Amino acid sequence: MDLTLTDDQAAVVELFSSFFARESSPAVVRASEALGFAPMLWARLQALGAGAISVGESFGGGGAGLLDAALAVEQAGRHLAPVPLVEHIVTSRLLERVGAADELAGVLERGDPVSLALRPVATTAHLLPGGAVVPTFAALTGERLVLVRSEAPGVPTPNGSGLAVADRSVVDGAPLARGASAVGAHSTAVDEWRLLTAAMLVGLADAALEIGVAYVSERHQFGVPIGSFQAIQHGLAEFPGPVSGARLLVARAAWRADHDENDRLPVDASMALLFATELARSVTSRVLHYHGGYGVMEEYDIQLHYRRARGWPAQLGDPAAELDRVARLLYGPSGGR
Amino acid sequence: MDFARDPAILAFQEEVRAVLAEHLTTDVLERVDATGTHHDWGLHRAIAARGWLAAALPRELGGQGRGADQLAALFREVELAGAPYDGMANTMMVAFVLGHLGSAFQRAEVLAPLLAGDAIPCLGYSEPDSGSDVAAAATSAVRTGDGWTITGQKMFTSLAEEARWAFLLTRTNQDVPKHRGLTFFLVPMDDPRVEVRPVRTLSGKRTNITFYDGVHVGDEWRVGEVDDGWQVMLVALAFERGVAGGVSDITALYDAALAHLRDAVDDDGRHLLDDPHVRSRLVRVAIDKEVAELLGDRAAWAAVNGIPNQEGAEAKLFGTEAFGRAAGALLDALGPAGLLVHAALDAPAGGTLEHAYRYAPILTTAGGTSEIQKNLIAERTLGLPRRR
Ligand SMILES: Cc1cc2nc3c(=O)[nH]c(=O)nc-3n(C[C@H](O)[C@H](O)[C@H](O)COP(=O)(O)OP(=O)(O)OC[C@H]3O[C@@H](n4cnc5c(N)ncnc54)[C@H](O)[C@@H]3O)c2cc1C
Repeated sequence: MDLTLTDDQAAVVELFSSFFARESSPAVVRASEALGFAPMLWARLQALGAGAISVGESFGGGGAGLLDAALAVEQAGRHLAPVPLVEHIVTSRLLERVGAADELAGVLERGDPVSLALRPVATTAHLLPGGAVVPTFAALTGERLVLVRSEAPGVPTPNGSGLAVADRSVVDGAPLARGASAVGAHSTAVDEWRLLTAAMLVGLADAALEIGVAYVSERHQFGVPIGSFQAIQHGLAEFPGPVSGARLLVARAAWRADHDENDRLPVDASMALLFATELARSVTSRVLHYHGGYGVMEEYDIQLHYRRARGWPAQLGDPAAELDRVARLLYGPSGGR
Repeated sequence: MDFARDPAILAFQEEVRAVLAEHLTTDVLERVDATGTHHDWGLHRAIAARGWLAAALPRELGGQGRGADQLAALFREVELAGAPYDGMANTMMVAFVLGHLGSAFQRAEVLAPLLAGDAIPCLGYSEPDSGSDVAAAATSAVRTGDGWTITGQKMFTSLAEEARWAFLLTRTNQDVPKHRGLTFFLVPMDDPRVEVRPVRTLSGKRTNITFYDGVHVGDEWRVGEVDDGWQVMLVALAFERGVAGGVSDITALYDAALAHLRDAVDDDGRHLLDDPHVRSRLVRVAIDKEVAELLGDRAAWAAVNGIPNQEGAEAKLFGTEAFGRAAGALLDALGPAGLLVHAALDAPAGGTLEHAYRYAPILTTAGGTSEIQKNLIAERTLGLPRRR
């Protein structure tokens, strides 16, 4: 086992950490709250080739696997990047998986973001991630995987996390695959979404912890920095281990998927998503609390993290459902004995 | 990044498992259970015969020079098997110190029998008034003639009942800051002025209070320089770096719980594994187990690569706290049957989970409490301002 980043991986981290630090500042995040999307940021990401990072080279992508994608989107998460990058990556990979070469070529050429309905859909994809802005998205309806191209509404359904979610009709979707292969391909895409969203949440949690450390080191009460109070030190000291643990859970899951251990992805992805979700929520609520009254003022950044820690994973559903899913995968169906 | 297991480590793990399969018999486990002494001479000598007691010592000092990843694998296997390994751990640590700092006399008289598996040491750090604040040790060592007279009391001197020497932390200077007046000695436990008083703990594990009533030892039994005991302590801690004990206990617990729950039914014949609460609890433990293992691997990896950080503290804090959560949650999942201890014939999983609940507080206390780990992390990982 070697946890050292390879030169290539270190380059990915370096590239995206400086990119998002520059292009997805808190000011950009705030300015994008109403739409849940930063068009300029997306354009620059596309110029970097980020959207195609994990698409196969034969399809004109970067040929990197899920691990590189996870390293990249962790940086997006750290800076709360208001772009549907995770959805775009997993949907592009989905198109590749079902052999939809023309559709994928179209996506790569147009450069617009694409998304994915995370739950099976009847006629409307409710609260589609990025639904307010993506012209194209994939959905599983019946046992058909379809690709829908329609005009994006341009306004999200009002929500508390500054997300570009909106309802979209799937009625006129073009079929990509049917039956078990459609269901399987969709399910893998949703697992990849789980995993990459977990990576985003790791970045978010780590950033929130840094914000907390900086704040409590500066804020004085009773004549001393509040970070010198042991209650606060211990409240924060709980987190570095779990943040590293969550990052390793994600990295190992991605590494396994990249090394043809795909059968582990469903369990790994659900575990990573649940652990990272709960971690991101506890870090952000504790750090917000350690801001005292300032934590609830809009001008402090921690509230941005606090809201997204709730919102990002909620796009899939109740995170506790991951518990049931892992139980089913590991122990068989309930009542199966 | 590469998450593939190193073949050399897998092979070493196999070797360890083979030794455990041969020497960790039901008899051994029953005896440990009855006496509370977490040591077995047969198993210990088998480990010694393979040179593993010197695994951590560099080759030039006569050891095997195994890296932290291999040491972690050794501890992982003994933990997973539920082997009584405290004697092994004490020996490896003291051997590591003597290999680095021991005199020729100490190597011949102490290190050699230690490595041969003929004798084990106990660790005399904690005292009635100094536990977490270990540097506040008050047991005094006073120069008398060409040696030292040692007087005081140690708490939690585990394995004193089997040990040939105590690796004893004493105060040799009252007039300097506490870290600068400490000196280590090896004190023969068969000295008539040493008294060992047994203490049983709630998991059944035995530890001891030990008394040193004017024990006289020659200067050749001093380890390291006079008043330089803290440096000796740092060498001892260097052995532990990367080998965060207690990170695999949760894996053993999870495996035992799952093996039991696969077939367990309640009084009405309902399968426990169909109960959504039971399933959720198990999955939570499964996730914590993965994280604890990964953090343990990371601590070993960081130590092998000389990365200075608090990985060991982070792994111990997470792993031992998760063990406590897991023990409680899994025990509840058993319902009333969870009350039953090993001695009850139909205790679920042989009483493993019930025992884990009583064992959990040891993990979060011994070897530095969770609060002490948090202090370290706050200071060193997070760089927070000096504590109030
Ligand atoms: C089964 C067992 C075996 C042991 N074996 C050995 C052995 O072989 N040799 C040996 O020398 N010792 C041994 N120990 C002792 C062990 O190392 C100590 O128990 C431990 O270091 C804590 O010390 P204490 O018990 O005096 O608790 P204290 O230090 O009194 O701590 C009491 C509580 O206060 C908290 N606390 C203390 N200081 C701080 C602080 N600065 N900030 C915040 N909270 C704090 C602690 O976390 C703890 O919750 C063993 C202990 C057990 C339980």
